[in-house]
Amino acid sequence: MKPYSSVLKLRLLNGMQYRSAALAGVATQFFWGFMYIMIFEAFYDQVLHNPPISLKELIVYLWLQQSFLAFIMLWFRDNELFDLITTGNIAYELCRPCGIYGYWYAKLLAQRLSSALLRCFPILIVAFFLPQPYRMTLPPSFTTFLLFLVTLMFGLFLLVAISMFIYISVFITLSPVGSLLVFGVIGEFFAGLVIPIPLMPSWLQEIAYMLPLRLTADFPFRVYSGHIPQDEALMGILLQLVWLAILVLLGRIALNKALQKVVVQGG
Amino acid sequence: MITVEGLSKSFKVPKRSSGLRQATKALFHREHTIVDALKDISFSIEPGEIVGYIGPNGAGKSTTIKVMSGILVPDAGTCTIMGYTPWKDRVSYVQNIGVVFGQRSQLWWDVPVIDSFELLRDIYKIPEVEYKDNLDLLVETLELQSLLHSPVRQLSLGQRMRCEIAASLLPSPKILFLDEPTIGLDAVSKIAVRQFINTINKEKGVTIILTTHDMFDIEALADRVLLIGKGSILYDGKLNELRNRFGTHKTITVDYREHAKRFDIPGTSLLSWSSERAIFSVDTEQTMVSEVITQLSNQVELIDISIDAQPIEDIIVQLYKEYQI
Repeated sequence: MKPYSSVLKLRLLNGMQYRSAALAGVATQFFWGFMYIMIFEAFYDQVLHNPPISLKELIVYLWLQQSFLAFIMLWFRDNELFDLITTGNIAYELCRPCGIYGYWYAKLLAQRLSSALLRCFPILIVAFFLPQPYRMTLPPSFTTFLLFLVTLMFGLFLLVAISMFIYISVFITLSPVGSLLVFGVIGEFFAGLVIPIPLMPSWLQEIAYMLPLRLTADFPFRVYSGHIPQDEALMGILLQLVWLAILVLLGRIALNKALQKVVVQGG
Repeated sequence: MITVEGLSKSFKVPKRSSGLRQATKALFHREHTIVDALKDISFSIEPGEIVGYIGPNGAGKSTTIKVMSGILVPDAGTCTIMGYTPWKDRVSYVQNIGVVFGQRSQLWWDVPVIDSFELLRDIYKIPEVEYKDNLDLLVETLELQSLLHSPVRQLSLGQRMRCEIAASLLPSPKILFLDEPTIGLDAVSKIAVRQFINTINKEKGVTIILTTHDMFDIEALADRVLLIGKGSILYDGKLNELRNRFGTHKTITVDYREHAKRFDIPGTSLLSWSSERAIFSVDTEQTMVSEVITQLSNQVELIDISIDAQPIEDIIVQLYKEYQI
């Protein structure tokens, strides 16, 4: 594990260098956070006696979404990996005595971690002191909070495993634009980032529940607010682990296939 | 140590002519040409050898190196290096080799060089003591002290190359593949790098395979050369033999007291002539050099004379011509 943890560490330190990017990110996330909350507030004002998710829970959902953007967005990418593939620098990666899957997984994980670490705290802290109805609230109990942390971490592992397929596809297409767009749009929608999943029509919810995507974002955020009860959360964690195993296995197979046919671009 | 047998590799290269019409057409129908990068390559290399791998651009040098370092999977053929098949046992095999690709970078762009080195230490699981020894040696011989703590993006090409070479040698590899390692180096660094390569070969017995277009590298390092052209091995043997076979011409430059008349020496061809200096080319298989000098001293009053062997570059050019590559 040492090589992978070292890559993780170096990538983490590398990512923490980019302070201005983080600051700009924080500002953007506040803008989006307020905008979403205002939209849903207006929406909740008008209708619904018995909403499938309360406004308070929804606001928590939205602030968590903004704080942990780097954990949940598929378009959040590592251009360095794309460059490795398209310029042929992958040659060097391939002459290292470690599996490429694990090596890249560590890099991607570290990139998301470093980015989220820089951004989540300022957003969360400010969100806790905002005036009502924008204020972020604490989870109902400490156990819920722990469950949230676990589901969030597994969600992140799951997302990195999904995002790996974007990088693998670039071996074939040689351009990340298409894959990013397809993965980004579909992924965002079914993770509940456009419309929270409880607010979707039931037939759409059914599709969303069949896919692993909602386990990366919608699930941990609703665990935090208590919208998903604790026993259901434990089941969800199990589901996360099953999906993680399946996706990592498929990813490894696909990557090995791609590497068999790899062409080192650019001589 | 290295046995390569019947290695072949071809690439599918998309092809289209320039222009909008062709580009649109290519959206629906793509044409490919199959380029045979390697055709039935065989050779073997003993431990401790330094082999220069030469050939014109696009001959297949880098492809061979990439197959041998486990990066590319060939279409056919076998390759056994230290008991491993590179592309099948990649992870355990590459632990034993070092690779330098002159035109690529293995160092992390935005972090200090030393961070990349430490990452390599962890990836290759180099014991701390060995790492320190190697690092000290490399820092000293390649003069890296002032570079270690600067981010890679702020190094010049030559400075970076020295760090790249050091990075590949940190894990004390048993085989070193150098793909154009002297790109961008200044004269001093070039000599330092060559000396260093020689040292690790002599002292640690590292087997080295070197591709380069700089024939001085080959001359300074390699006893044996492999010539590849259009994907096939054309020559495999000692550099000296190559020189004896093709480098039979010597150039004789003579300075003499003013001599108004052009003169001819039998068995030579006159390359240039002035009233004070003449340059001859002699084919030593036909005429002895001493004979030429005797003839010369009979005809003019000599001041200075110098005899030069044909530069290795010329021999290579001649060789490429002979094999029509």
